[in-house]
Amino acid sequence: MKPSVIPGFGLTLGYTLAYLSLIVLIPVIALFLKAATTPLDKIIQIATSRRTLAALEVSFGSSLLAAVVNVVFGVIIAWVLVRYKFWGRRLLDAIVDLPFALPTAVAGIALSSLYAPKGWIGSLFAPAGALNEWIAAQTWLPFGLSEFQLSWKIAYTPTGIVIALIFIGLPFVVRTVQPVLEEFEQELEEAAATLGANRWQTITRVMLPRLTPAILTGFALAFARAVGEYGSVIFIAGNLPNVSEIAPLLIVIKLEEFDQAGASVIAGIMLLIAFAMLLVINLIQAWSRRRYGNV
Amino acid sequence: MSDREGAVYDSRRPPQPADQHTRPTTERPWVKWTLIGIAFAFMALIVLLPLVIVFVEALKKGLDTYLASFGDRQSLAAIQLTLLVAAISVPLNLVFGVMAAWCVAKYEFWGKSFLTTLIDLPFSVSPVVSGLVYVLLFGAQGWFGPFLKANNIEIIFAVPGIVLATVFVTFPFIARELIPLMQEQGNTDEEAAISLGATGWQTFWRVTLPNIRWGLLYGVLLCNARAMGEFGAVSVVSGHIRGKTTTMPLDIEILYNEYNFTAAFAIASLLAALALLTLIFKTILELRFGDALAGSRRH
Amino acid sequence: MEIRVQDIRKEFSRYPALNDVSLDIRSGELIALLGPSGSGKTTLLRLIAGLETPTAGRIFFGDEDASSKSVQERNVGFVFQAYALFRNMNVLENIMFGLKVRPRATRPPAAEIRRRALELLDLVQLSGLDKRFPQQLSGGQRQRVALARALAIEPRVLLLDEPFGALDAMVRKELRKWLREIHDRTGHTTVFVTHDQEEALELADRLVVMSQGKIEQVGTPDEVYDTPSNPFVFGFIGESSALPVTVENRELWVGGRAIGLPAPHDATGDARLFFRPHDVELVEDGAALAGVVAAARRVGGTRRVELEIGGYPDRIEIDLPFDHPAGEKTRIAFRPKRWRLFEGKTGQ
Repeated sequence: MKPSVIPGFGLTLGYTLAYLSLIVLIPVIALFLKAATTPLDKIIQIATSRRTLAALEVSFGSSLLAAVVNVVFGVIIAWVLVRYKFWGRRLLDAIVDLPFALPTAVAGIALSSLYAPKGWIGSLFAPAGALNEWIAAQTWLPFGLSEFQLSWKIAYTPTGIVIALIFIGLPFVVRTVQPVLEEFEQELEEAAATLGANRWQTITRVMLPRLTPAILTGFALAFARAVGEYGSVIFIAGNLPNVSEIAPLLIVIKLEEFDQAGASVIAGIMLLIAFAMLLVINLIQAWSRRRYGNV
Repeated sequence: MSDREGAVYDSRRPPQPADQHTRPTTERPWVKWTLIGIAFAFMALIVLLPLVIVFVEALKKGLDTYLASFGDRQSLAAIQLTLLVAAISVPLNLVFGVMAAWCVAKYEFWGKSFLTTLIDLPFSVSPVVSGLVYVLLFGAQGWFGPFLKANNIEIIFAVPGIVLATVFVTFPFIARELIPLMQEQGNTDEEAAISLGATGWQTFWRVTLPNIRWGLLYGVLLCNARAMGEFGAVSVVSGHIRGKTTTMPLDIEILYNEYNFTAAFAIASLLAALALLTLIFKTILELRFGDALAGSRRH
Repeated sequence: MEIRVQDIRKEFSRYPALNDVSLDIRSGELIALLGPSGSGKTTLLRLIAGLETPTAGRIFFGDEDASSKSVQERNVGFVFQAYALFRNMNVLENIMFGLKVRPRATRPPAAEIRRRALELLDLVQLSGLDKRFPQQLSGGQRQRVALARALAIEPRVLLLDEPFGALDAMVRKELRKWLREIHDRTGHTTVFVTHDQEEALELADRLVVMSQGKIEQVGTPDEVYDTPSNPFVFGFIGESSALPVTVENRELWVGGRAIGLPAPHDATGDARLFFRPHDVELVEDGAALAGVVAAARRVGGTRRVELEIGGYPDRIEIDLPFDHPAGEKTRIAFRPKRWRLFEGKTGQ
């Protein structure tokens, strides 16, 4: 530690470490010990069972998809919030945080009733839904297009999982990209323009490279959050084993079946991946600091 | 100076269409309005509609049914338990947040970045795992299970477990709000106070705290909203004993699974209102004390 | 490329930053826009570049009306005050950027782009630093890269905004000389903005002195220094002393005494006399300005004294030889050798 005239280093560091040890470190170590005291062949058996693999696949697959969607729309929303003045901007800015403040269970039942086959949005895509009726009414369409019928079930399928994960991940992308965009020097855009670059070239060659670290960080945060998400997903997912059962739910099920070893092994896998994600985020930021001087 | 002869023009002519080439640092109007449209549509579909439907569903069967939902004894117990859990875990995390922020922001020491990573941990750990770790420690088959049972102490499937899980999930919020703020403000104010003879406590109460109060307030609000709304971690440790160990989010789940949608959404509307209030507070704080919330952009 | 600015007006949310400004810039000249902050000099430069759109007025590049052209179409080389180098590209990529973004039809082949960029790097004396990133360069080196990048697009005019503003004094002097050399070698019409009069006087072929959104005077450094056209220019360029006088009988009077200077015209009334502190002669007898030394200090090779002149509240500064024996309270009589008179009490 560098010498400092400000007192309290021992007290605050000691308290912080004690609190973190009690609340985080010891329990997490307990988890790994539990997982590690399970015989190796049993670990392998749990980890490679069809249901575990399917749950991990559903969790990671839908998280990846949701994070990609969030990157696209999150960047657009951050761009719109920073760059444009328009009526309702403050409102838009405020509700970006809503998924962050709204309890996951509330989000879960709300999304599930919205996207259920009888819900406001779900009914649009359901057979005999509003959209289909509208299409059927367009008898002027050639090639019998009016007979085309949508049938897209959103809630109680993996699609529903992705919707819920998009909901909870959005603020992470917006709120990491937004400050970087705010600090972006407009002179750089002007410089590119004087050199003859059109707007598209300026954005893709000058601005996006500078935003990349923030976008990657936002992606990683949204992804990490999505992988572990439980509350908002279980209501909309349908929870069909091997199809729409996420890994956190499988942990809960194992626990309810008094299979602590099984729960611990899956939790251990997820924790390791969470650590890896944290590491990746830190590496991105360190790289970006080296490359651009700041994040 | 300029040679005005021969130049036939009116310098005050209204701008001609060709003049209105877009500024070099912005997009064409149609691009701009398309992007704004996409942003609004996406937010409405994904974020705003879920909020609206909570209130719509809650009030679907009229105000009387809505209000009657809160008269249910088990729901009342859930509300009480939620308030109790928040009342314990928020102050705990408040003290921790200030301590951790002070130590991370004011000093340079070995292992600091590891410490900040540890503080961020609950953000990337599944809430279910957060609950599980306490079950493994204090549950009937857990490390301390036999000891607790012998001494008749209940942690899992009881209030202490719910508090522990809530604390785990919400402890980063205040610290994460304060660390960037205190780092930005630097040490000069405190060093000045110390050099003028103030003690550490005096410096904290009279110099640091006034500087960080709005950020601290926002951190507390956010922490509180999350504490009252935590579902996954609490769900694992609670045991779902209705009227005893169910918090509001767990009550919502039970009611929803019983197809008692109106009651489920009624309870949900309280939590949604809390979330809205938190956001309104945040917006007001940002508008009025924008500088004092420097770190609020990062979660 | 000559540039004509005609009756340009620019308002920022109703506040006028430029008030009907007209200016002719000759082909190949190095011209400085000089003025205090808020005078509108940077706004004028940005209007020429097309980074701002004028509220009214036109800008011609040669015979072509450039007013309605976008920045991209104007083909100007702009060097920003903070250089605005792209941090995600190395030095060479920065210089090549302008050529690489051209539409395929006018884009030179890749090898040619590279050759030209290396050539420019050589011109700005940075050969061998092509792989460096901007943040690995010193301020002076960044400035050179910014200039090379602007030159790479073969601009019709080179515009520099406070080009030496962010550099320390030593580097600034060296780069000033070097910019003059580059200008003389490449022959670009060059406009630069500065608030540093020394820089403008030393570097520019002509100066445009601006204040409060208007052009006060345009001329060569000699013209502007020797015959300032108004009190602002007299006060802003070089050092000056001023005091109120009355004009009567074709003579100048201070406090009821003639001071031995003939009035340039017949008019009678209040006026303000301007002269340079070093442009005075000491006189033993005859009509002159006289004052008592109130303070003295050494400035370079001369002694600067502050005189109190009877009945006039402000002190007047003049230069004396450093070995002049004048001490405090010494009475000194002098006459400005070169001076100008501006009418009215304030000289407006």
